[in-house]
Amino acid sequence: MNIQEMILNLQKFWSKHNCVIVQAYDVEKGAGTMSPMTLLRSLGPEPWRAAYVEPSRRPADGRYGENPNRLYQHHQFQVVIKPSPANIQDLYLESLKAIGIDPLEHDIRFVEDNWENPTLGAAGLGWEVWLDGMEITQFTYFQQIGGLEAHPVTVELTYGIERLASYIQDKENVFDLEWTEGITVGDIFLQPEYEHSTYTFELSDTDLLFKLFNMYENEAKRVMEKGLVFPAYDYVLKCSHTFNLLDARGVISVTERTGYIGRVRHLAREIAKSYVAKREELGFPMLNKEEQE
Amino acid sequence: MSTDVLFEIGVEELPARFIDQAERELKARTISWFKEMRIPFSEIVTFSTPRRLAVLIRQVSHKQKSIEEEVRGPALKIAKDEQGSWTKAAIGFTKGQGKTTDDLYTKDINGTTYTFIKKRTDGKETFSILPAFKDIILSIPFNQTMRWGEESIRYARPIRWLVALFGDKVIPFEIAHVKTGNVTKGHRFLGENVTITEPKQYEMLLQEQYVIVDPKKRETSILEGIKEIEKNEHVHIPIDEKLLNEVRNLVEYPTVFMGNFEKEFLDLPEEVLIISMKEHQRYFPVKSTDGQLLPHFIGVRNGDQYALDNVVKGNEKVLRARLADARFFYEEDQNIEIDSFQEMLKTVVFQEKLGTIHDKVQRVKLMTEKIAKRLQLNKDLVRKSVQAASLSKFDLVTNMVNEFTELQGVMGEKYALLKGEDADVAKAISEHYMPLHAQGELPNTIIGSIVSVADKLDTIVGCIHVGLRPTGSQDPYGLRRQAIGILRIMDKEKWQIKVEDIVQIAIDLYKNIDIPGMESTELSEAVLSFLKHRIEYLFKQQSIESDIIRAVIDHEIGVLAYAKDKAQLLSRKRNEETFKTTQEALVRVLNLSEKAERTKIDVDILSTPSEKVLYQSYLETKEVYSEAADANQALNALARLSDPIHEFFEHNMVMAKEEHIRHNRLALLYEISTLIHSFANLQLIEWNQHF
Repeated sequence: MNIQEMILNLQKFWSKHNCVIVQAYDVEKGAGTMSPMTLLRSLGPEPWRAAYVEPSRRPADGRYGENPNRLYQHHQFQVVIKPSPANIQDLYLESLKAIGIDPLEHDIRFVEDNWENPTLGAAGLGWEVWLDGMEITQFTYFQQIGGLEAHPVTVELTYGIERLASYIQDKENVFDLEWTEGITVGDIFLQPEYEHSTYTFELSDTDLLFKLFNMYENEAKRVMEKGLVFPAYDYVLKCSHTFNLLDARGVISVTERTGYIGRVRHLAREIAKSYVAKREELGFPMLNKEEQE
Repeated sequence: MSTDVLFEIGVEELPARFIDQAERELKARTISWFKEMRIPFSEIVTFSTPRRLAVLIRQVSHKQKSIEEEVRGPALKIAKDEQGSWTKAAIGFTKGQGKTTDDLYTKDINGTTYTFIKKRTDGKETFSILPAFKDIILSIPFNQTMRWGEESIRYARPIRWLVALFGDKVIPFEIAHVKTGNVTKGHRFLGENVTITEPKQYEMLLQEQYVIVDPKKRETSILEGIKEIEKNEHVHIPIDEKLLNEVRNLVEYPTVFMGNFEKEFLDLPEEVLIISMKEHQRYFPVKSTDGQLLPHFIGVRNGDQYALDNVVKGNEKVLRARLADARFFYEEDQNIEIDSFQEMLKTVVFQEKLGTIHDKVQRVKLMTEKIAKRLQLNKDLVRKSVQAASLSKFDLVTNMVNEFTELQGVMGEKYALLKGEDADVAKAISEHYMPLHAQGELPNTIIGSIVSVADKLDTIVGCIHVGLRPTGSQDPYGLRRQAIGILRIMDKEKWQIKVEDIVQIAIDLYKNIDIPGMESTELSEAVLSFLKHRIEYLFKQQSIESDIIRAVIDHEIGVLAYAKDKAQLLSRKRNEETFKTTQEALVRVLNLSEKAERTKIDVDILSTPSEKVLYQSYLETKEVYSEAADANQALNALARLSDPIHEFFEHNMVMAKEEHIRHNRLALLYEISTLIHSFANLQLIEWNQHF
C-alpha cells in the first residue's frame, strides 16, 4: 500500500467514525499537536472529533536527505477526539486493519510513554504503540493544555506516516517509499530536504530570524489584546518555528534558551485562557449543538 | 457456608513498572479490608497482567462475624439516685445503646463502680457488604494517575470493565460509569470475552483465552522459551532480572523468539549493542557459550506462534535501523575532536543557578587537583587526575550519549582511548560516575575515585548553596545517593583527609565564584549536617547503632575510616563489663565539664594530690593520645585517665565553695573533656554493660 492510499484509507476510516476531516494547517509547525485543530480545540467542554494529515517541520532533524530515517519534514496523521471514547483502543486497532495491518500476523503492544511539551504548557499520559518492536503511533490522553487542566479529556492519536509506510512497504530508506504509483518520497521531498537542511544549518540569516521572532511575538501580543485568538495563535506558531530554526543553527545560548521557551509558553497560556473565555462568551456553540440533537 | 469471591479490574495497558506493586497493594489491602469487615475467608490469591488486576478470595463466609462488646456507662453513683432508682443519665445511656436499664450490670474499675452493658452487633450478610470493596479498588496507589473521558476519578489508566462475583452472583457497583459484571476479556487479538460462573475458574478460563494471569507463570514460560533456544542454538542468554520482570509485564501470553542482525554491527562497542537491544527494544542479548556477543537477539511476543516469522522479520528490521543509527552516531562522533565537544559543554546547563556543565567541569578540575595533592599523590598522578576531571563530561554532548544516556562515561572512555588519551585517564572518565546506585560498585582506580568524589561533592555543595537541599522524598539531583557514593569511597580508600577539610575545599571554590547563595559558614554547617545524616544511614547498614555513630561524629567527622573504626570499637565496648569503670569516669568528666565557666587552668592553684595527679596524667595522656595509631590505641590512652579521674572525684569537691578553686577544677575537667570529645561524645551513647 502506498502512502497516498494509506492516507486515504485512514481518512475514510476516521470519517466513518464521525471525525471531521480537516486539512493540514498552513503555518509551519513541529507537530500535528500544534495545529489549532488539536491544541485549541482540545480546550474547554465542547466535544470535538477531527482527523488530518500534518506535515511537521523539525529543523534540527534535517540531514540533507542523507540519513535513511531522519527528516526535516515528516508527515503525521493526527486524530483527536474529545471526550475520549471508551472504545478508543479498539477503534485504533481497527484503523490499522484499514491500512492492511492484521494484528494476528503481528505483535502489537501499548508501551507506556508519557508526553510533555513545556513550550505549550501541555502534558499527557499514554503509550507508544509498537508494531513488531517499532513505534508507529503516539497514543495520548491530554491532561493539561496551555497550562489548563484538560476536562473533558481529549485523546490524541499520532500515526507516523513514513514509519508505518516503511513497514508496510518493507523499505529501509524513507526516500524509497512509494507515495503513489511510480512516484517516491524521494521524488517529491529529497530536494526540499537538502535545501532546507542547507538553509537551516548554513544559510539562515540569524539576525533576521531574531528580529522576526520579536516581531511575531509583539504581533501575537497586540492581536491578543484585541481578543483575536486564532490570528494571535498563528503568530505563536511562527515564533515557535523561528525559535526552532535559531536553535538548530546553534545561536541560542543556554540562558537565552530558557528565556525564549518561557516567552512562547507565556503566549500559549494566555491564548489558551482567551480561547476558553471566547468560546464561553459564544455559549460553547458545539456543546449546544450536541444537546439540540 | 462459604463462597469464593472474585474482583477483576479491567484497564487499558498499565505501565509495566506499576504492575507488581499494584498487585502487592491489592493483596495487602484486600486482606486488611476483609479483616476489618470481620468477614472470614481461607485464602487470598492475586493476579496481574498489563490489562487487569484481579483478586480471588477463597471460601468467604456468607456472614460477617457478630461481635459482642462491653460498653461502659456512667459511674454507679451517677447512674442511681439516692432512692436507688436509675437516673436520667443511666436511662439515656441504655437508650443510646438500644437497650433498657434491665440490661445494666456493674463492675469495679480502679475502685469506682461503673455501669456496663453488653452489646451485640449481629453480622450482616457478606453479599450486602461487598459493594463497598469499590473503595479498595480505588485506593490502590500508583506512581502516576490520569483522567479520561468525562470522568473525574483518577487511575493509572482508564478502567474499561469490572468483574465482581460472589459465587455466580454479580456484586453490584459502578466505577467511572463502568458497571460490574461477570464477563472478562481474553487476549486482545487471540481471545474472546468469557463469562465467569465460578470465581475459582478465573485463571483457567482466561488461560483458554490466551491470557496467563499469574505473572510468575508468564515469567517461567519466558524462561523456558529462552532455555529451549539456548539448547537448540548452543548459545548463552544472560538473564537480566529487571528486563525479565518488565517483559513479563508487557505481555499477557508470551512467546519467545530469536532474531538476527548483521555481523558487521559487532564492530560497535558491546555496550552500545547491548543497550540498543535492551533499552529501546526490550530484547535479551545473546552470547556464545564462551561469553562472546553474537549477532542474535531474543524477543518476547505478546501472542502465539502464528505468523511468528513475520514478527521476527519486523523486529529485525527495527533493530537493524537502530543499530545503523548507532553506527552512524559512533562514526560521526569520531569525526569530531574532543576539544569541540568540550566547547559545546558551554551550552549545556548543569543547573540554572550553578551554570553550565563547562562551569562545573572547571570547578571539578580545581577540586580534583586539591584533593589529589592533599592525598599526597605523585606529580604524574595529580596531572592525570586533573586531565581526567577535565575530560569527565565531554561525552555528554556526543551523539551516542545523546541517544543513550546510560552510556555516559562509557563512551567518554572509548572515545578518549580512540583519540590516544592515556588509559588511566580514560578509565577514570567512566569510573567517575561510580557508584551508579547506593550499593553500586566503586571506582577501582585512585584517579577514578578522586574525580568521582570531586564531581559529586561539587553537586552537593552547589545544590545546597543555592537552596536545593533534599526534603522528604524529594531529591531531584540525587544528592543523597551521591553523598553515599562519596562516603563509601572515602571509607574504602581510607583517605587520610578529614571530611570537614574536603568539604571546605569545595566551599572555598564556590566562595571564589560569584554564585549567590548561602554564606560560607552557614553552607559548611548545612553540608556537614547533611553528610552526618548520610553517615548515620550508611554505618547503620553496616550494623553500627545510631547512638554510637552520632557520638563519634558529634564533635567532628574527621577521617571517615577512623570514625568508623572508633564506632565499631565503641559498639563492642558498650557491652564490655571491663569498660564500665573507664566509661563512667569519662562520661562524668563530660557531664561536669559543661558547668565550666573558665577554660584556663591555673597550675599554681592545684593543691590536692589527686588534683595534681589528674593534671599530670592528662598531660601524659594527651601526648600518648596524639600519637595513637588507631582507634584502639586512642581509647586505651584515654582509659589511662580512668583511675586518676575516679580518685579525683573521690577526694575533691568539684563545686567547691571557693570560687577560684571551683573554676580551676572545672577548667581542668573542661580540658580533659575536649580530649574525650575529639574521640567521641560518650554522653550520647546508651551504655549497655550488664552485671
